[in-house]
Parts: sequence; structure tokens; C-alpha cells
Amino acid sequence: MTPAVALDHVTVIYGKNPALRDVSAIFPKGAVGLLGPNGAGKSTMLKSLLGFVPPTSGRLEVLGLNVAERPLEVRARLGYMPETDGHIPGMNAVTFVAYCGRLAGLPKSDAMQRAHEVLFYVGLGEARYRNVETYSTGMKQRIKLAQALVHDPDLLFLDEPTNGMDPKGREEMLELIRDLAHNKGVDLILSSHLLPDVEYTCDHVIVLDKGAIATSGSIEALKGPGGRIYEVRVKGQLAPFLAALKDAGLESHETDEDVMRVFVPGVLGAPGDDQRRICEIALTSQVQVRHLRPSIPTLEDVFARAVGER
Amino acid sequence: MSPIHDQSYRHYEGTKQPPGRGWVTIMWTGITTFLARRVFLIVMLVAWVPFIVRAVQIYVVTMYPTVGNAVPVNAKMFQSFIEQQGLFVYFVTVYVGAGLIANDRRANALQIYLSKPLMRIDYIGGKLGILILFLLEVTLLPGLLLIILQVMFSGSFEFLRNNLFVIPAVTLAAVMRVLVVACTMVALSSLSKSSRYAAVLFTGVLFFSEAVFGVVQVITGSTRMAWISISANLDQVTDAIFRQPLRYETPVVVCVLVLLGLIALSISVLERRVRGVEVVQ
Repeated sequence: MTPAVALDHVTVIYGKNPALRDVSAIFPKGAVGLLGPNGAGKSTMLKSLLGFVPPTSGRLEVLGLNVAERPLEVRARLGYMPETDGHIPGMNAVTFVAYCGRLAGLPKSDAMQRAHEVLFYVGLGEARYRNVETYSTGMKQRIKLAQALVHDPDLLFLDEPTNGMDPKGREEMLELIRDLAHNKGVDLILSSHLLPDVEYTCDHVIVLDKGAIATSGSIEALKGPGGRIYEVRVKGQLAPFLAALKDAGLESHETDEDVMRVFVPGVLGAPGDDQRRICEIALTSQVQVRHLRPSIPTLEDVFARAVGER
Repeated sequence: MSPIHDQSYRHYEGTKQPPGRGWVTIMWTGITTFLARRVFLIVMLVAWVPFIVRAVQIYVVTMYPTVGNAVPVNAKMFQSFIEQQGLFVYFVTVYVGAGLIANDRRANALQIYLSKPLMRIDYIGGKLGILILFLLEVTLLPGLLLIILQVMFSGSFEFLRNNLFVIPAVTLAAVMRVLVVACTMVALSSLSKSSRYAAVLFTGVLFFSEAVFGVVQVITGSTRMAWISISANLDQVTDAIFRQPLRYETPVVVCVLVLLGLIALSISVLERRVRGVEVVQ
């Protein structure tokens, strides 16, 4: 099956700064998360795939089409929701979305009909005759999704789609994305630095860090076997404890709360073996263990491990 | 079939048009947007007042040939008409052209446009098309209509037979003026995110070049440096097109080269500024 997107040794350099370094990756069809910290090169990758930024070297393919050779055919089959606000000045929502449909090749009457439909779908049905410039941030995010969807693209690029949205709006946007990917059969690539967004909506993930692929695969597989995760909180000198964990082959990373997450690689041993091992390390490092319990692996762990390994 | 209408997302089952006609969509949408504005319609109507005056002149001269001694109907009259329309060309250019790209840049619309199956040339062509069409409407269209009126009022082709070059001259002079002005305005519009700034910039370029030429003319006592001024270049080439005595000492070839250079510079600016992504280095 043709992958949604394929990158073959792609390098993109802005001036003297490399944004993508010799990246090779295959994005399968379905919902794929493009994950990475700010500045990792996610938006650059999407813009290269759209043909906005030509790569310094390498080859980009979207839906089996070479981006450099057939940019119009590629863009005719793509929908792009940009990260920053964007609209056509002086238009109301339905005119704007219909206009985008016409630019994408829909006949005038079909474009108008689909504009109404997608605006209802994204939750802007009641506000569709309002000038886009009067919209709130959340509404602007929704209309960007509507203009990307109006021509029924085969593949959707969503660049930080929940940016600036309140919790309720964010939840609704994620529901829309999930519905598109899982119920409406729209393949999509979701670029985000928010792990929960990707975890909720996507099946596969590609982690980018400093312009290179840190890890990739299905989220289940990445979170699955190969080790266990423990939540640990200790009292005492943290540095020797972390060093001792590392010497013992255990990875650890801090979270926003005061607990750290310790990854124990390898196959499952006897019950309590891992906990005992962590306690022994704590003892030799002269720190008190105040909290220790098994945890469920999350995408955050995958991300932390992938980025930490680099 | 479900009795309840599904307002959810549906796949499109119609036929999409192949890429390549995006510029037409951009142009017609732009034209209809401006035609819906009352102020713009008033400007366009006022721009046709000189046409009515000239039409009356042609009628009177046809009916009373002796009047033609004071206000003759000849090639020079058509040239004067095209040049007089310059004032309206300026107003229409500023009103329509200043925001064509500047407003899109302000609203980050370029990334929306260029994510569709459009080449940059489609976008620029569509935007230029809006301005060019309106400018031709106040220059070429009334100019050609005046020629038709002359034939209709006189009831013969004698004037045209004696002045065969008038139709191509009116066409060439109008198209040249429109192209130079439209390319310059759209390029300046792409340099800014503010339509007001673009309008001021255009006015500045036009009048500053004219002022510099005026100063140089006073200092040197010669019009050899007329190529400095955009409007002087246009007037000089228009004289040549209408086979009239040249008003400046600058060779016509130089004026043509300056105007072509201006168009080339505008295209180069547009090529650099109209991009889906702005790279700050």
C-alpha cells in the first residue's frame, strides 16, 4: 500500500540553520502524530511536503507523488490547517470556505454547499455569516479546519490544531480530529508538541527532535512490551540517585509533578523484583523512597525515552 | 435511507476541476468584491465623465465642422484623453491595488492560497488581473468607444482611413500605462502588511520621481534626464506611439527600457515576496 508520506534523506536548511537533517521516514495511512518539542522541525516538514520550502537535498513523496515534480497534484489532494491564524480578509465564514473550495477545484455551487456542510461539522454553523475577522481564537482554529476539509482532501495536515483553545474547545477539536480519522476515513498527520493530543487522536507517531527522527511506530507498540514504568519520589540528594539509576541501566525522567518516572527495561521478572532493585539503589545512594508504585506507560514516556536517548 | 439528514462530514462525490484555473477564481472574486462597494462604483462613474465630455466634443465637431478649428478631433485628441485619464488611473490603482497583497499578508492568507493547487504565478496573475481589468475599464475601453462614436457620428470611416494607427495607438498606450502602474502597485503592495503604507509608498514613488526630475530639469536646464520620472517616461513613449513631437530630450528607447526595467523589478519583488512561508534569517 502506498504510504501517506515518504521522506528519503531530506535535509532542509534555513540560511545556515538546518531545520531537518537527513530525515528518512514513512508515514502510514491513518492518523499519524508528528511529535516533538518546539523547534524540532515539525512545521518545516509539513511546509516542505506542501512545497513551500524546497529541501536542500532528498526526496519527498505525498500519496505516491513526488512533491518537487507534481506540486499541484499533491496540493489538490491535501488539506492544510496552518499553525498561525489565516483567513481571506473581508469575507464571512461561508464565503471564505466556499472560496477555498473553489480554489481547490470545486465547482461554484458544490463549493458553497460543502462550505455550509463543513461549517456545521466543525461547529460554526450558527456563526457562518459572521466576518471571520470577528471570530475568537477557538473559532479561528475551527474555520482553519473547515477550509482544509472543504474539498474533501485525501490527506490532512494539521499543524498544532489546538493552539490557543480553551479546555472545552480543545476537547471538541480533538473529538473532531478523532472522528475524522477513525469514523470518516480521512488520513491525517497531526503535528503537535502536546503528547495527550497525539495520544488521543493518533494510531502512529513519529517523534522529531532537533531536526531528526528520534523514534517512530505505532503508539501501542512503542508504549508496549520492553520494560515497565514506576513512579518514584525520594527525599535526599537526587543527583547521586539519578547517577546510580543510570549506572544500573534504568532510565528516569522528571515530570511536572514532584515524582519521577523510572523505566526498567527488559522482560518481566519475579513480582517485586523491580521495586526491590530501585529500593536497593536508593539505599546505596542514601535517599529515602517516599513513593514507589507501578505505572502505565504513556506516550510521554516514549517521547522522553526517545528524546533522552539522543 | 435514513429519515434524518446527516449533518456530519461527507466525502465529495462530484468532479473537481483540474488545477490551473485558480487565477480566474481569484480575479473574479476580487472584481465582484470591489463592485459591491459603493465608493468604488462612484469613483468608476466619475472616471467616465471625461469620456462624456469628449463624446460631446466629437458630436459637436461632426455637426459643426468649424468648431473643429478650436477643438479638433484628431489623433492628438485621443492621446490627450488617455493622458487625462491618468488621474483616475491613479485613484483606481491606489483604491484597488494597495491592499491586493498587503491585506493578504496581514491576514496570513498567502499560506492558505498557496496550500491550494495554485502556483505563485496563478496568485499573482489573479491579483494583477483585478487591477488591470479595472484600469483598462477607465482607459482602453472609453478610448476605443470614442473611436466608435466618431465613426457613428460622422457616418463614415474617413477619419479612421486617414488615421489608421489610432486604434493600435490607443490600445498600446493604454495597455502600457496600465501594465506599468499595475505591476508597480502590486509589487509595492507585497512589500507591506498595510494597504495604507502601500498606497503612500506608491504615491511617494510616483511624485518623488517627478519632483526629482523637476529639480534636475531646473538645475541643468535640459529634459535629458526625463527618464528619472515614471510619468515622464510614460508621456514620452505615448508621444512616440501617437506619432507626436517628443516633449523631452530623452531618447524614446531609454524611456521604454526604464519602463521595462520597472516591470522586471516589480516581477522580481513579487517573486521574492509571494511565498507560502516567510523565512526570517
